[in-house]
Amino acid sequence: MEENKQNLFDDAPLEELTYEQAYAQLEQIVNSLENGEYSLDETLTMYEKGQKLAEYCANLLDQAEIKLKKIAGGKIVPFESD
Amino acid sequence: MIQLNFDQRLPWTITELTQYLVDLFHSDTNLGDLWVQGEISNLSRPSSGHMYFTLKDRKSALKCVMWRSTVNQLTYIPQNGDAVQVHGYIDIYPAGGQYQLYVNVIRPVGEGALYQEFLRLKAKLEAEGLFEIERKKPIPYFPQKIGVVTSPTGAALRDILNTIRRRYTMAEVILSPTMVQGDNAPPQIIAALEALTRIAMPDVILLARGGGSIEDLWAFNDEELARAIAASPIPIISGIGHETDFTLADFVSDLRAPTPTAAAERATPDKKDLLAELEDTQERLARLVQTTLADLEIKLDQLDHRLNLLSPLSKISADRQHLDELLDRLRRRSDHYLQLRRTQLDGIQQHLSALDPYSALRRGYSAITLPNGTLVRSIQQVEPQADINVRLYDGSFDAQVSEIHTTNK
Repeated sequence: MEENKQNLFDDAPLEELTYEQAYAQLEQIVNSLENGEYSLDETLTMYEKGQKLAEYCANLLDQAEIKLKKIAGGKIVPFESD
Repeated sequence: MIQLNFDQRLPWTITELTQYLVDLFHSDTNLGDLWVQGEISNLSRPSSGHMYFTLKDRKSALKCVMWRSTVNQLTYIPQNGDAVQVHGYIDIYPAGGQYQLYVNVIRPVGEGALYQEFLRLKAKLEAEGLFEIERKKPIPYFPQKIGVVTSPTGAALRDILNTIRRRYTMAEVILSPTMVQGDNAPPQIIAALEALTRIAMPDVILLARGGGSIEDLWAFNDEELARAIAASPIPIISGIGHETDFTLADFVSDLRAPTPTAAAERATPDKKDLLAELEDTQERLARLVQTTLADLEIKLDQLDHRLNLLSPLSKISADRQHLDELLDRLRRRSDHYLQLRRTQLDGIQQHLSALDPYSALRRGYSAITLPNGTLVRSIQQVEPQADINVRLYDGSFDAQVSEIHTTNK
């Protein structure tokens, strides 16, 4: 449990997280809240972090367009498809 | 053998003549064991299970029969128009008054040679263990970089991009263009795989080609290519041709998808599923917080009651105030959440910024706290000479209370 708390308050910048990592953190928060006893302060902090993570995940999913590249001349270059 | 007297000039019976011809055929060493090549027409397979067809070339036709026992063992299913080689013997069918070829082996011409080569290679690679399940690398569930090895102008690329756009826009897709047909294709495909792996290091690679004839797909039966796929450090999903096409590349890949579109589907989770899952988790979170809130309120009431009985009122009020602040914040946040769930996610951000205490500070309000961090909301909390901290939008300063004025409400 102590270990869990440690992770939850570990603040890696959101924008550096992949969807997979952000969603795993969100799930971890929810699971911890489900299984553990937390003070109001902790609950609030976890809730706010959870909401931020969920919002971040939703934004990633809503991203309008894939990033399209191609390999040309031994490098990665932009690629436009029709 | 029936003895016929040619001098008698008596009419023969049909049976006599037919039997004479049968004997003639049987006495010929060539007719009992031969290969014939031609094109199939008039193919039929009645309920008896036997197969009947005519083999033709430009000038002539030959009736053929294949018994059910042979038909049932075919791996190649003959079609009208197929060029084939057949093996069997010629005999006479007395009741029909015709001679025909009784076929016991049939193989497609041209394709036949290719197919034999395919089977030989497949057996060889299989014997080396290249198709073993244990060799297959797991396909990542959330790929960030998806490599695609295919023709830059083919339908396969278009199908793959459309599929990924529909399902999983957060992916980066990197095309490694190559020819996918012809004798030069296999080394090009190998080079495209190698360049993609070395330069882009994607999480998964789609190796794809649209549908075509067996010759069109032949590049994907190349032995060197099969070995390159098997040796790839990155999991490869093959999507080559149609549902019914199987190439060596399919056997050695980590996952065989029936088409390029299906390959893109196997490589990506569906945005719709992820959003539904995310919303479920968010709801669980909100419910949990509501429950915690309700529990804490009960505990608080109990504690408050006991404190009222046991402790000086001032301490109670300070504790109570701190708890009230926290509860209030929490209640506002979670109430807002439920409201926002109705107006979808876009509302969240707007709402959060409205809650930002800095926006009040920016409008010229300030926040005063005691050295212990308690927010000063009432003059009851301060006395003359008390140290306070005043927070403005761009910083804060420490001050001392000089005099207190009570506002009459």
